[in-house]
Amino acid sequence: MQVRRLAAWTALPLAATLGLAACGSGGDSGESDPNATVSVQIAEPQHLISTNTNDSSGNQVLSALFTPLVDYDEQNKPYEVAAESVTSTDNVTWTIKLKDGYTFHDGEKVTADSYLNAWNYGAYAPNGQGNSYFFEKIAGYEDLQSTDPDGDGPQKAPEPKSDTLTGLKKVDDLTFTVTLAKPYAEFKTVLGYTAFYPLPAAAFSAPGVIKDGFEDAPIGNGPFKMKGTWQHDAKVEVERYDAYPGEKPKIAGAEFRIYQQLTAAYADVLSDNLDVDVTVPTESLSTAATDLGDRFQQSPASSFQFVAFPTFQKEFSKPDVRKAVSMAIDRDEITRSIFKESQISARSFVSPVVAGYRDDTCGESCEFNPAKAKELYQAAGGPAELKITYNGDGGHKDWVDATCNQLKANLGVECVGAAEPKFSDLLTKVDNKQPVGLIRLGWLMDYPSMENYLGPLYTTNGSSNYYGYSNPDFDRLVQEGTAAATPDEAVKKYQQAEDILAAEMPVIPLRFGQNVYAHSTRVKNVEVDLFQVVDMTKIEVVS
Amino acid sequence: MFRYLVRRLLQMVLAFFGTTLIVYALMFAGQGDPIQALAGERPVSEAQRAYLTEKFHLDQTGVGGFFYRYVDYVGNLLRGDLGDSLTGRKISDMLAQAWPVTVKLAIIGLLVAILVGVTAGIIAGLRRGGIFDNATLALTLLVLGIPTIVLAPLAQYFLGVKLPLFPPTAGSEPSIYALLLPGIVLGSLSLATALRLTRTSVAENLRSDYVRTAKAKGLPIRRIVSVHVLRNSLIPVITFLGVELGNLMSGAIITEGVFNIPGVGFNLFRGIKTEDGPLVVGLVSVLVVVYLVSNLVVDVLYAVLDPRIRYE
Repeated sequence: MQVRRLAAWTALPLAATLGLAACGSGGDSGESDPNATVSVQIAEPQHLISTNTNDSSGNQVLSALFTPLVDYDEQNKPYEVAAESVTSTDNVTWTIKLKDGYTFHDGEKVTADSYLNAWNYGAYAPNGQGNSYFFEKIAGYEDLQSTDPDGDGPQKAPEPKSDTLTGLKKVDDLTFTVTLAKPYAEFKTVLGYTAFYPLPAAAFSAPGVIKDGFEDAPIGNGPFKMKGTWQHDAKVEVERYDAYPGEKPKIAGAEFRIYQQLTAAYADVLSDNLDVDVTVPTESLSTAATDLGDRFQQSPASSFQFVAFPTFQKEFSKPDVRKAVSMAIDRDEITRSIFKESQISARSFVSPVVAGYRDDTCGESCEFNPAKAKELYQAAGGPAELKITYNGDGGHKDWVDATCNQLKANLGVECVGAAEPKFSDLLTKVDNKQPVGLIRLGWLMDYPSMENYLGPLYTTNGSSNYYGYSNPDFDRLVQEGTAAATPDEAVKKYQQAEDILAAEMPVIPLRFGQNVYAHSTRVKNVEVDLFQVVDMTKIEVVS
Repeated sequence: MFRYLVRRLLQMVLAFFGTTLIVYALMFAGQGDPIQALAGERPVSEAQRAYLTEKFHLDQTGVGGFFYRYVDYVGNLLRGDLGDSLTGRKISDMLAQAWPVTVKLAIIGLLVAILVGVTAGIIAGLRRGGIFDNATLALTLLVLGIPTIVLAPLAQYFLGVKLPLFPPTAGSEPSIYALLLPGIVLGSLSLATALRLTRTSVAENLRSDYVRTAKAKGLPIRRIVSVHVLRNSLIPVITFLGVELGNLMSGAIITEGVFNIPGVGFNLFRGIKTEDGPLVVGLVSVLVVVYLVSNLVVDVLYAVLDPRIRYE
C-alpha cells in the first residue's frame, strides 16, 4: 500500500490563501538587537526526532535545530543548503555531496554516515517512525518492513529481512548516493522535508537504537542548539550555535512557548507577551486587523479544503450530479462572510503554491451558477437529500451549514450537516461504507510538488483517497509524471491528469488556506512559510 | 476518633478502586480509534499502527480485553507505575509536573473564596437588608449566572489585554501574581456560593437563643459575633469549601486552558480529546484521592468547630 501522510495537520482548518506574502513585515525602522531572544507560539510537539516528527510544532522546533539538505526559494523550487550538490543523470541514482564545515552542536562533523544512519533508522519498520513512508522510494525499503501474520492478533510480526536500505551507499565522508526503486525526477524536492535531517553519533546508544532522552535535547546541525531540555507542555528553548557555517540568525535565541489554546496565544501577542503567534484564531480574525494593524499578516500556505463524493454511494456516480452540486456553491460568499478573507476560493485541484498550478482548471463546474446547477441536477437525477459529514472538533460547523443552506436554496434539495465527534469516527464510517453523504476533507502537502496532491488524494491507491475515486488513465498519467526525465515534463503529465479531474469532479475544491499570523511590536521580518513554520534565521528584534 | 479514622481510610481504598474501575470502563467504552485520534487527520502508516498497537495492548478488545488491560493497569499501579501516556511520556512525570501548579491555583481560588466570600458574607449577615447586603446579592447572582467559559476570556481580555493589570497568560512556572487573575476567576463561583451561605447562616444564628442570652449577660457584641456566632455559622461553609477544593482542582479545565496553565485540567482536556485512556485514569485517580481526603478533613473539622460532635 502506498502510504503518504499529510504533514502538520494540527492547526485545523484555518490558514490558507495565496496573496500578500511578499510584503514583509514590520518595516525597517530601528536597528536590530542581535543579543535579544524571541518567543514563538507552538503546540506541544508530538515528537522531536526528525524521522518521527510531522506536526507543524515539531517541525518548527526542528527547523531551528537542523539545517536541511535543500530549502525552497520564492518559486518553491529547491536549492542546496547543507548539500553542495544533488545530482542525477538518470533520476534513479542520485549523488548527494555535502558542504564541508557543518558540525553538530556537540562538535561532531556532519558526514555521509550522519545521514545514512538517520535514514536507515527512520525506514526500519519496528522503530514505528511516523515519517518512514518518505523513504519508500529508496531501493530496498521493502526489506525493512514486515507484516503481522495475523493482522492485529497476538502473534508478533517477524523481524524484517534487513535493517539498512540497499539504496543508500557511502562514497566518501562527504558524498553518498541514493538509488531509487523507480526513476523520480523530483527527488531533490522531497529532500527538503524534516524526515531527511541527519543525526549525530550521540543520538544512538547502539547502532540503530536512539538513546533514551535524546528526544528531550536533540543535537542538530542547524543555526540554533538546545538550551536545557524540552520542558513538556511548557517550552523549548534554543540559543544561537556560534560555529554554524551557514547564514547566521539575527537573534541570540528563541523560546518556543507551548500553548494548548489559540486564543491564549492571541491574548499574549496583543499585549506583547509573546512575539509570534503563528495561527490567529478564527474568532479573532474580524478584529485582528484593527487590534494589530500591520502586525497582522497573511502568507501562502499549502492547505486545500474540499468535499468529496463517496463513490460507493450510487447516487453520486454521475459526474453531472457532482458538477451541479459544485456549481450551486457560492465559494466567494463563504470565504468572505465566514473566513473573513483568510482563505481564498479554490477552483483547481492542486494548491497555488506548487509548480504547475493553473488558475480555474475546474472551469465552468466551479463557477457559481444557480440556474444552470438546478437544471443540470434535475436532468441528471440527483438525490433529493444531501448530507455533508464533517468532524465536529475542527471548527467546520459554520461553513458546512452555510454550504448546506446554499445547496438547499439553489438546488431545491434537503441538506443537513452531520457532525462526527472526531476525524477518526468519520473515517471509520467511510471505511464501513455507511451512507455519509459528502465528506469534508483537507490536505497539507509534505513537499511542494503537484504529485504530492495528485498522488495521495486522487490515485486509486492514494493514502488519503478515502472516497474510492479510481481512474486508470489518471493513475497512468501521474505515474508517467513521476517517472518523467525532468520536472517540467513531469508537470505536463500532471496537468493532463488534473484535466481528467476537472471532467469527472470526484471532489469539489472549496478553499485554499493561508497562514494568518501576528507578531508583537518587538520583532520584525517575521515570515511564515508554506509549512506554517516561522523562519528563525530572518526574524529580528527591534532595539 | 482513631477507630473512626481507620474505618474511613479503609473505605477510601474501596472507593478508590471502584472509581478507577468505572473511569477505566468509561474510557474503554468510549474509545474509538486512539491511534487515529493521536494522528489527527493524517493517515497512519501500517508500521506505526502495528508499533503502537503492540505497545499499548490495543489489540485486546471486547470484555476480555477490558479486564486484561484493567488488571494489567492495576497491577502496574500497585507497583507504583502509572504507565505511559499514548504520547510516550511517563504518566507519573506528567502528574508530577501538572499537580503543583494546579494545587497552587486551587489554593489561590479557595483563599479568594474564603477571604472575600466569608468576610463579605459575615458583613452582609450582620447588616441584613442593608445596602451592602442587597448589593452583594445582586453581584453574586450575576457571578453565579456567568459560566467560567465566558468569565475567563472576558477577565483575560479586560484585565489582561485592555487594562494590563495582570499578565494575560500564566505559563508553566507562574509567579503567584500571574496566578492571581486565573485564581480569582476560578474562585469566583465558590466565592459567590460561600458568600450566600455565610450570610444566611450568620443572619439565622444572630436570632438564636444563645445570642440573646449572651447579649443579656452583657458580653460585648464583637465577642458574641467572633466567638459564638461565627463558630456555629461556619459549619455549613466548611462543608462546602471542603468539597469545593476538589472541584477547584478538577474544574480548572476551562480556566487552565484560557490562561495557558499546564496543570491537571489542561492535561485532562488533552487526554479526553486524544482518547488517552491511561492518562485520564491516572489524573482522575489522583482527583479521587483529593476528594476523599478533603472530605475526611472536613468531617474532622466539624468536631473542632462543634465539640458536641463526636466520632466513634
